[in-house]
Amino acid sequence: MSLSDAKPTGPAIEFVGVNKWYGRFHALRDINLTVGRGERIVVCGPSGSGKSTMIRCVNKLEDHQKGAIRVDGVELTDSPRSVEAIRRDVGMVFQNFNLFPHLTVLENCTLAPIWVRKKPKAEAEAKAMELLGRVRIPEQAGKYPGQLSGGQQQRVAIARALCMEPSIMLFDEPTSALDPEMVREVLDAMVELARSGMTMMVVTHEMGFAREVADRVVFMDSGEIVEVNAPVPFFDAPQHERTRTFLSQILR
Amino acid sequence: MTDAAFVRLAPAPALSPPASLVGPWGWARANLFSSATSTGSTLVLAALALWFLPSLIGWATWKAVWIAPDGAACRLAQDGACWAFVAQKWQYLLYGSYPESEHWRVNVTEVMGAVLIGWLLWTGAPRKLLGAALFFFVYPIVAFVLLHGSAIFGLPYVDTIRWGGVFVSLLVSLVGIVFSLPLGVLLALGRRSTRPVVKALSVTYIEVVRGVPFITVLFMANNLLPLFVPDDYAPDRFLRPLVGTVLFAAAYLAEEVRGGLQSLPKGQYEGAAALGFGYWRAMGLVALPQALTLVIPGIVNNFIGLFKDTTLVSIVDMADFLSAMDNAMKDTVWSGPTILVTGYVFAGIFYYVFCAAMSAYARGVEKRLAAGRNR
Repeated sequence: MSLSDAKPTGPAIEFVGVNKWYGRFHALRDINLTVGRGERIVVCGPSGSGKSTMIRCVNKLEDHQKGAIRVDGVELTDSPRSVEAIRRDVGMVFQNFNLFPHLTVLENCTLAPIWVRKKPKAEAEAKAMELLGRVRIPEQAGKYPGQLSGGQQQRVAIARALCMEPSIMLFDEPTSALDPEMVREVLDAMVELARSGMTMMVVTHEMGFAREVADRVVFMDSGEIVEVNAPVPFFDAPQHERTRTFLSQILR
Repeated sequence: MTDAAFVRLAPAPALSPPASLVGPWGWARANLFSSATSTGSTLVLAALALWFLPSLIGWATWKAVWIAPDGAACRLAQDGACWAFVAQKWQYLLYGSYPESEHWRVNVTEVMGAVLIGWLLWTGAPRKLLGAALFFFVYPIVAFVLLHGSAIFGLPYVDTIRWGGVFVSLLVSLVGIVFSLPLGVLLALGRRSTRPVVKALSVTYIEVVRGVPFITVLFMANNLLPLFVPDDYAPDRFLRPLVGTVLFAAAYLAEEVRGGLQSLPKGQYEGAAALGFGYWRAMGLVALPQALTLVIPGIVNNFIGLFKDTTLVSIVDMADFLSAMDNAMKDTVWSGPTILVTGYVFAGIFYYVFCAAMSAYARGVEKRLAAGRNR
């Protein structure tokens, strides 16, 4: 039984007392966070604060050593089968796109549906074209990633993740590697996705996006969650001293 | 003028380049006489060519003996090659001591192999999967039955001791190339494995085999392999060096492939993992296609080396092309001062043609891949 068939009703993602170490370095400290179904969470914080590490734990690109992470009610374990099952249901968009340069845009989008979801090729291609249309680049389907601009590549990466029909999407600094004029087109695609009701965890420095889309903003520093709040109180009345310092630095 | 502002009023027209940049004169200036060093080396090389080429071409053509029943004519024409010798020995050079009435079986095998390889190497060929299945699964069996003989099909049995010549060289190279690549890929994956036992075994294998000369591997395959199995099951004397060749080449290929895998950005593996690909699919669909493309020059380099290394199988009494040539040159009917040079020059040309073809194909593939995607 795959996760998406189960139609779970509980929270989408739960962190319960999660701790992680890189060697002796304590990278995540006592993380407790519950992400509801359809909720949009923006994670921000200074570099090295553990925000990327935290969302990479959700699909087990990173291991945690203490505590529990549950995705759709299923606890992450070391069993490769459960990890692959969770990854089928959790899409991820990376800072550096991580498109496959040896495949065309369309092939990038259909590879996993065909080989992991076992979809017929025609069906996978139809779905891919529909999603490429949604991120507004269907005309690039036959090109290779290297022939596209950074913003276009990132939109392909979003479409590629959506082709697996995930119920949760993770974004790890999706606009940080882009030239400034391309940030908008990627954010637009993400806003559109948020409006469709997707559960999203987004690590980003785009505070405008956070205000516009987020249900809650999570502020992290030194591997711990310092403050969690809805965007309006978070930006207008930050409670913690470290949050105030951070916001004053990035908002000027 | 101190006024730095500027507005173009009329567009600058595109002019054709000056004569010194185009045409044969332009080419020569750019490539042969671009600097004092370049001009000097052009002149020196031209002088050397003028000095050597006429006598070399003369040796190979008008001073050579083309048709002769035995070595008498060649012994007289000492300034020219003795192609008549090659012409008379060609059957032996191609087939070794394979019975003459059965030569067609070797020819059929070779033609089938050439057609299948052409099918697989030709870029736009249709139904490649079928071609690959035929080549990797059907062809080896058909080739074995044809070459070795089978009572069922009424093909007389030909002992491997009579196999020889060009066809043995091609056979050893082909088996070596076809089987060492998958084995090398597995070893490369093993060496990068997170499982300590798999990794340790792969590293040990690669390092031991790379640390030992090919001749040693051949001797060990030839003399040790039979000791480990009961006499009745002892592998054929022809099979043993084949196994040795494959095992040896695989260790080198593994290192090439590992280099390719390591040069991929970590994000490629993460991207594949995040989409739910398991280990084998991530490797087979994402990592290996990229890694193998990156290391094509190295892999072809290994194949060329392997092709020439097949000459070493002669030390375990396999009559490959070069040793067939050696044997042919011992024929007293032909003995003469020009035979040795003629024989070895001919062998050199043979090996050169095959190696040049391999590297030309690889260059073509690289060019095509580079054009397809600019990373």
